[in-house]
Amino acid sequence: MKANCWTGISSVEVEEVPDPKILNEHDAIVRITSSAICGSDLHLYNGFIPTMKKHDILGHEFMGEVVDVGREVGNLNIGDRVVVPFPIACGRCNSCQRGLYSCCENSNPNAGIAEMMMGHSPSGIFGYSHMLGGYPGGQAQYARVPFADVGPIVIDDGIPDEQVLFLSDIFPTGYMGAEMCDIKPGDVVAVWGCGPVGQFAIASAFLLGAERVIGIDRFDYRLRRVREKTGAEVLNYEQVSVLEALKEMTAGRGPDACIDAVGMESHHANPAMYAYDRTKQAARLETDRPFAIREAILACANGGTVSVIGVYGGLVDKFPMGSLMNRSLTVRTGQCHVQRYMKPLLDRIRNGDIDPSFVISHKMSLSDAPSGYRMFRDKQDDCNKIVLYP
Amino acid sequence: MSKYDPTTERMAQTLGYVSLGLGASMTLAPRVVTTLAGVDDSALARLMTRVVGMRELMHAAGLLAGPPELVWTRVAGDAMDLPALLIAMGNRHGTRRLRAVLATAAVAGITAADVYTAWRTLSERRQGERGGVTADNVYTAMRRVQDRTSGSVGPKHVEAAVTVNRSPEESYQFWHDFSNLPRFMIHVDSVEPRGDGMLHWRAEEPLRHKRMEWDAQIVEDRPNELIAWRSVDGAVGPSMGAVHFDTAPGGRGTEVRMELDYPESPAGRVGMAVAKLAGEAPDQQARDDLRRFKQLIEIGEIVRSEGSPEGTHTRQLLRQRPAQPLPS
Ligand SMILES: NC(=O)c1ccc[n+]([C@@H]2O[C@H](COP(=O)([O-])OP(=O)(O)OC[C@H]3O[C@@H](n4cnc5c(N)ncnc54)[C@H](O)[C@@H]3O)[C@@H](O)[C@H]2O)c1
Ligand SMILES: [Zn+2]
Ligand SMILES: [Zn+2]
Repeated sequence: MKANCWTGISSVEVEEVPDPKILNEHDAIVRITSSAICGSDLHLYNGFIPTMKKHDILGHEFMGEVVDVGREVGNLNIGDRVVVPFPIACGRCNSCQRGLYSCCENSNPNAGIAEMMMGHSPSGIFGYSHMLGGYPGGQAQYARVPFADVGPIVIDDGIPDEQVLFLSDIFPTGYMGAEMCDIKPGDVVAVWGCGPVGQFAIASAFLLGAERVIGIDRFDYRLRRVREKTGAEVLNYEQVSVLEALKEMTAGRGPDACIDAVGMESHHANPAMYAYDRTKQAARLETDRPFAIREAILACANGGTVSVIGVYGGLVDKFPMGSLMNRSLTVRTGQCHVQRYMKPLLDRIRNGDIDPSFVISHKMSLSDAPSGYRMFRDKQDDCNKIVLYP
Repeated sequence: MSKYDPTTERMAQTLGYVSLGLGASMTLAPRVVTTLAGVDDSALARLMTRVVGMRELMHAAGLLAGPPELVWTRVAGDAMDLPALLIAMGNRHGTRRLRAVLATAAVAGITAADVYTAWRTLSERRQGERGGVTADNVYTAMRRVQDRTSGSVGPKHVEAAVTVNRSPEESYQFWHDFSNLPRFMIHVDSVEPRGDGMLHWRAEEPLRHKRMEWDAQIVEDRPNELIAWRSVDGAVGPSMGAVHFDTAPGGRGTEVRMELDYPESPAGRVGMAVAKLAGEAPDQQARDDLRRFKQLIEIGEIVRSEGSPEGTHTRQLLRQRPAQPLPS
């Protein structure tokens, strides 16, 4: 089959690889009908997540048709149409049973590597380094889906791929980001990063009853999209001081909740500041550039919540601990526990509360993945979200 | 009591972890490292990166398991790496050069930490004498390291623990059906009850892949709490083993603790360090075995990925396949 493989920093190639086979009794094999490129894939592409190997198949947002099932998979039949959640989770350990699927205790056979870097290991993830399992991803024609009896959700009507594909990751991720804010009537929510994840966080904050939502980014085409598709207010951090503007907009209080939908590769409007952290990161003195999270903490209202869904890999520098501690802030985080949200969010899609296809800007063939990665990374051609068809 | 002040020990430990991190990234992702160092244009550099990575792992094993003086091995390594990097830097242009400069600066920083820590190990040993980094002192330190790393070490006691989402009854019963043990103990081929609480073990010796067989006697068996066994005289495997089952608090299942005693190991510290690097040290094995036990009892099978087709095994962390389907 064809698959999009990581071949080095800033390099992916579509290669011919063997077809996947059942390895475990809880597996299913899925013939992929569509997959997507995620901001998380850019962290791999840019070389900031360690333990990638040449020829690793990328991709963790995908859906398709079941073509084979292992003996322990009683809930799926060959021919079923399924969306696959990106965290691989067993459904039986303590973490899974508490709904913390992305912290599954059994799905990472390489937990030892993750423990060295993070103390304890999170779950395995499709196409996301060897530290997180060494599982091939779904930017391919077929994928093996472990724990198919727990994760995938069956879509039994004709609703198009584009409306349900993002149940695999970014819609639940944005939703969880907003849910972690415990939004109460009158709350103002600010969202750093207006990529697809930020856009779903913004839309979800409205669904959960936020009074006002403010999106922050520097790309006008993304800010325009946010204004038009979600009705949020926007700030371009290259044109205004974000801290000043947020104070002004909330009459000095600051947003009640701040969502970081940027993660480890954030950018800074001031070239000197950017160069400082970029250099430290290049020399591996810190692994992550934390501009957005620094600003989100400083901006947040006293007693407010900072919700982190942007992905971080290791260590950050100059973390405003004093602001966090002295002002009674709450930090909530996590790779999304997608399994927990698929059913309720599918219901919301069916009810017409939201149509997730609003984020799509480009549709491409899987064989064009290399140019898709470049375009999405460099934000060319007003690129917002790319869907790949095998 | 240790002869070193805690700061020196901690610095040596920290450098051990630094070595581990460097070694792991150099052996697992040499391309990423060469790119960062601006030497990704040379095949030799990639090969050297792997070699130096293996050396870093040796430093790590030494510093994490041995005395702080082993930091001298790092100083020796730095003395090899810095000139190589300086030469590489001189031959590069543009952004490669910038990356090489940054990498060299980082290595120089670590070298400073190495030398300072090394100097502390000396000056603490020779209080009252003239300390400092003299050829004489380096030689004495190296000798001391040699003395300590050769020869035999005493019996080794290994402990590992895991929490499983099952009751103590289920956990005990699963374990007490000894035919289950080879399903999660990587090197064990079979465990056969031979009556009167005798167990006949067959296993593979990890590093040398030699087959071993021995008999052990169950010395204690308390249902849902404890199973303990002891090898009969002259046996080759662990001399004692025990597994404890305790109810975990708040409905979290069962805390399973395993203990193993290994007889005196003739391989000594160096042998142990080699086993550690290969992912085959007894404590690593015990942890791997318990993780596999957890997978088996919670989900009924060992979890495999394409990168680790054998499932959890520390040895495999260093030998990952690419994450793509296995050839048929
Ligand atoms: N927690 C999870 O489960 C989960 C799941 C999916 C993605 N993610 C993460 O979410 C993040 C965003 O993903 P995406 O697909 O939207 O990526 P993206 O690259 O399309 O979007 C990131 C946006 O952040 C903006 N940005 C950069 N620096 C900023 C700053 N200082 N202030 C404000 N905005 C800034 C960029 O201009 C860009 O528009 C990534 O880190 C990704 O890894 C997390
Ligand atoms: Zn994603
Ligand atoms: Zn689990």
